[in-house]
Amino acid sequence: MSETATRLSAFAGLTLPAVRNRLSVTVAPDAIRYSLRGSPAAAAALGAVFGPVPSTTACRATSAGDRAALWLGPDEWYLLAPDGDAAALAASLSAAIDEPHALVDISHRNVGLILKGPRAADVLNGACPLDLSETAFPVGMSTRTLYAKAEIILWRTGLDTFRVEFWRSFAGYIVGLIAENAREHAV
Amino acid sequence: MLLVTCPYCGPRPEIEFRQAGEAHIARPAITCSDDEWADFLYMRDNHKGYMRERWRHVAGCGRFFNVVRHTVTDKFVASYKVGEEKPAIPAEAAAGPRVEIVR
Amino acid sequence: MSRFRTEAGGRVKRDKVLSFTFDGVAYQGLTGDTLASALLANGVHLVGRSFKYHRPRGIVTAGPEDQNALITLRRDAARETPNLRATQVELYQGLEAESQNRWPSLKFDVNAINGLASSLFVSGFYYKTFMWPRSFWKNVYEPRIRAAAGLGKAPAKADPDRYTSRYVHCDVLVIGAGPAGLTAALAAKEAGATVILADEGAEFGGSLLGDAVTTIEGKSTDAWMSDVVMNLAMSDKVRMLARTTAFGYFADNFVALVERVTDHLAAPSDALPRERLWQVRAKQVILATGALERPLVFPENDRPGIMMAEAGRSFLNRYGVKVGLRAVVFTATDSAYRAAIDLKQAGVDIQLIADLRARPPADVVDEALACGLTVRAASTLCGTQGGLRVSAAEVGEVNGDLTIGRKEVVDCDVVLMSGGWTPNINLHSQSRGRLIYNETTQNFLPGAPGYDNVSIGACKGTYDLSATMNEGYAAGEAAARASGRKGGMKKGFSSLGGLAMGGGHLGVVPHDRDPGRVKAFVDFQHDVTAKDIKLATREGFQSIEHVKRFTTTGMATDQGKTSNMNALAIAAKAIGKAIPEVGLTTFRLPYTPTTFGNFAGTARGDLFDPIRKTPMHDWAAAQGAPFENVALWKRAWYFPKAGEDMHAAVNRECKTVRTTVGMFDASTLGKIEVVGPDAAEFMNRMYVNPWTKLEIGRCRYGIMCRDDGFVYDDGVVGRMAADRFHVTTTTGGAPRVMNLMEDYLQTEFTDLKVFLTSTTEQWAVIAVQGPKAREVLAPLVEGIDIGKDAMPHMSVREGRICGVPTRLFRISFTGELGFEVNVPADYGQGVLDAIWREVREAGGCAYGTEAMHVLRAEKGYIIVGQDTDGTLTPDEAGVGWAVGKAKADFLGKRGLMRPDLTGPSRKQLIGLLTVDPKRVPDEGAQLVASAAPAKGSHALGHVTSAYWSENLGRSIAMAQLENGRARLGETVYITSLTGAAFPAVVADPIFYDKAGARIDV
Ligand SMILES: [Zn+2]
Repeated sequence: MSETATRLSAFAGLTLPAVRNRLSVTVAPDAIRYSLRGSPAAAAALGAVFGPVPSTTACRATSAGDRAALWLGPDEWYLLAPDGDAAALAASLSAAIDEPHALVDISHRNVGLILKGPRAADVLNGACPLDLSETAFPVGMSTRTLYAKAEIILWRTGLDTFRVEFWRSFAGYIVGLIAENAREHAV
Repeated sequence: MLLVTCPYCGPRPEIEFRQAGEAHIARPAITCSDDEWADFLYMRDNHKGYMRERWRHVAGCGRFFNVVRHTVTDKFVASYKVGEEKPAIPAEAAAGPRVEIVR
Repeated sequence: MSRFRTEAGGRVKRDKVLSFTFDGVAYQGLTGDTLASALLANGVHLVGRSFKYHRPRGIVTAGPEDQNALITLRRDAARETPNLRATQVELYQGLEAESQNRWPSLKFDVNAINGLASSLFVSGFYYKTFMWPRSFWKNVYEPRIRAAAGLGKAPAKADPDRYTSRYVHCDVLVIGAGPAGLTAALAAKEAGATVILADEGAEFGGSLLGDAVTTIEGKSTDAWMSDVVMNLAMSDKVRMLARTTAFGYFADNFVALVERVTDHLAAPSDALPRERLWQVRAKQVILATGALERPLVFPENDRPGIMMAEAGRSFLNRYGVKVGLRAVVFTATDSAYRAAIDLKQAGVDIQLIADLRARPPADVVDEALACGLTVRAASTLCGTQGGLRVSAAEVGEVNGDLTIGRKEVVDCDVVLMSGGWTPNINLHSQSRGRLIYNETTQNFLPGAPGYDNVSIGACKGTYDLSATMNEGYAAGEAAARASGRKGGMKKGFSSLGGLAMGGGHLGVVPHDRDPGRVKAFVDFQHDVTAKDIKLATREGFQSIEHVKRFTTTGMATDQGKTSNMNALAIAAKAIGKAIPEVGLTTFRLPYTPTTFGNFAGTARGDLFDPIRKTPMHDWAAAQGAPFENVALWKRAWYFPKAGEDMHAAVNRECKTVRTTVGMFDASTLGKIEVVGPDAAEFMNRMYVNPWTKLEIGRCRYGIMCRDDGFVYDDGVVGRMAADRFHVTTTTGGAPRVMNLMEDYLQTEFTDLKVFLTSTTEQWAVIAVQGPKAREVLAPLVEGIDIGKDAMPHMSVREGRICGVPTRLFRISFTGELGFEVNVPADYGQGVLDAIWREVREAGGCAYGTEAMHVLRAEKGYIIVGQDTDGTLTPDEAGVGWAVGKAKADFLGKRGLMRPDLTGPSRKQLIGLLTVDPKRVPDEGAQLVASAAPAKGSHALGHVTSAYWSENLGRSIAMAQLENGRARLGETVYITSLTGAAFPAVVADPIFYDKAGARIDV
């Protein structure tokens, strides 16, 4: 039997930008990511087992411990859990839901970056068209949006901290664009 | 850039959306006539004034929804979900003189 | 210091001397100077040549509305920026500027001969003269006109600077930071609003910056301004943007601002962008864009040294520069008197004030007389003298019947003119606001706004300083309240001094010169004279929009800022209509010229578009593979060995796959997980195929049509569970297929319980194809029996490979025994490494997209979008067998019943075998009936795919051909770009292993 294949991150070979005291960019650790699609009732049933109950309020994330459920659409949530046995977790979650639903493993489809620092919102606004003020985009808000020509999921996890999730093939583009937009903040 | 109101997410920038053509075009039954089918496939209204259109919040919640938009001024006067009752089309404001004169 | 620089005063820093050059001549200026003020301080007025006649041109204004002082700034070979306004260019140490539109030198310009021949160069001249003969246009006229015309030269090298962009939101955006804008921003801030205050200038203050006598609330303007600016700057709710032009006003209060970040710096930091584009969404916009002084249209009003009166005052008070030593003031307004007084007090000899008005206001005249000035009412200028600089003005009395009485030639080195003030309604107009015409002041003013904005101060026609500030404060408070803030405060401002701005004149002034010959300019940059506008109306142009295009008045950089009102008045008079009936031209963006870099922003080079890479991209690059762009993806094209060209590599790869085994990165194929109790029914409706009976663990080749019945996409679909399908799509088609599925699911098939998730990037896909494919995979796979019977062709199994989960498909796009290994993307490279070891051991190779294309064409497998083009039905594309005819409905079923989709004129996909087997047709080549078809013969079809097949030792091609399947065995001719059409025989498109024996092993 051959040896087990190792993981290779989509960020391998990419240099993450940083601006001292103003912005840090780190890769979110490997995680279980699931796309949940179904009715709010299905989401509520899942919540009972998963931990955080998926929000029925638009553009809001719920989290409990190291698990989170991000509202992406009225029948779509993005589930995050620490890395582990994705198939086992899915089986336990699905078993709790009677309603028709889809639970699809996208742990490798998406990757994440964490932008932290007083300039994080400004650097995001270099290519994201949303109002990222604390009132318009408070902590706990999550939505799909754009970073220039790439689709992203944006989740504000703290006053100066954002988690950005996107399809892995866009890693080079998004890291390059963040670096370009961060550059002027060094002055 | 227009501000488009998604019935699910609220007002969001135009670039998150994609226009998806005239709204309320019903797909006819397979037994329809060739003319009815051609109408469904190809014939669309495109007048100056308020139009009901489909838009999709593609880089947002992903939902298709309907709007009432003025094709000249670009003003949106209503957004509503698929299946919801059509809101009324407002009356066209009278087109006054382009330049008003005062002394 | 030069005799044109005052001893003291102004906002320049007299102890900070800067050196600069203009056309290679070294000069000195001061920190705080613009290039214009520094040149004037050196006595230089001549800065450019005009567009058409190449007439000498001087500095006319002190602001961004100047259309004469266009220069090129040079930092290095790649950083040459043409068409900058010298009045807006801030001086820095070592600045190098050059004049434009002149050859060989500014003072002696060969093309100025155009001016001598100007009776030929009337408006519309280009349209009329160069129409015949036609061949002359391309070879004679156009190159010469192109060489002579144009403003400045485009840089030859790529722009090395960076440009960034920022989306920003605020409650209140205030555009313009003069007295109106400052008080509006102050009020909005005090009412709790988030505020952006933008101004084109280097400093905030607007008209107050050139004002030495006014006091506000008992303070000097300087003291008052710095208090307010400090107050605003201290607030974290206010963003202050200097050197920032609002150039575009878009729907829903989306306003584009460009901030010039480094242009004023001698040695900018490498980290800074040259310009920053602010894309502002404001709840409320306050337009405080001021008013622009108009020139007077009099004979020879374009000589260098003739400038706006308020510009003369601004150069004096703000920059400490006397624009001349001996001035004639020619005015129709009150404000020029203030300029005359200020200049006289600075020691400039004011020869006289010629006021066009018969009865100028007594208080204004009395103040001038008290200062020892000479005022002549009912006076005009009938002409000027001088070559490269004005040397005298011909002052004439205007009689009651508008004839000219006594005349006098007055020596001067500068003429300060003032034809009145035009409220700057450009942005209001861009925002689709309505207009009001005030017949008394002869001004267009902002009417009802198009979006949530308000105009205040001079741009609304409010000229009194106290009134302007009170209007500003009230507007700021109201805007804050309208954007949801508290508001409610009130404040009144008092000021002393200020500028009286009454009076004005539109159109040509009275003079005694021959109106058919004289040059009285309306648009200095384009050399448009009053005569040209009259000619346009005589030629039948009645609409001002047509007059503008025929004469070019107010086009390009001016955008009507200084020329519009005079042009309009002249046209209205010639047509015999009132000004508002003729109408104002529409203001368009950009307000001032804007760089391409600003629009491009960061979207250049590798960041122009996303470059999508597969998980195994770096491995392919390390193997030396060149890449092919497919949608946004980079795909490995072929894997050349040392010494191989593309042809040799592809031939080897094709041979190897058919004899041993090949490995291919298929990760880019679109994948959609279709899940739900109604998944099979959804697939039945979306695809032409039947799905209900597809067994779990089996695959089917799916064809998707749209409702029109034409092929839209294709791909293999595996059934993972009763309620779960693994759907694949073409690489480029993935987003649109997903969009179409969501569309039908959300709006048409709402009865179905089905959910879609894109899994394109969840899976890395490694295709292993060839007789030894099973042998390669066998040692790596766990928990799946991949034997011939246990896992037949078109099946899918879940298990493990190299210790990680896999969805293993037995499918083939080559016609050989084949598998496609799907593994979670991060494992793609690791699994590929293991497979690659086995492939090499088996004598196989890696192959790229080119070999993939050849191999599939040998088998007659279509590529949607290459062999189909949105006009072929499944049957015409040769895949009619896939259509589930018994199904009640599916996308395309009704469409395929259309009568126009039958008959002999329809095209079908067929194979072509060239009679000369070595000849490979061009893809896209037309098919015709004979070697030399008659001119006008219609094409029978076209080649869609064509390759050299090393396996077959000949060329193969696929083509769309009219009634093609009925023509098997017939000869058609393929057109060529390089010679005559050549023959080919129509054939079945399956060229290799027609029986399919190789796949079923
Ligand atoms: Zn939405």
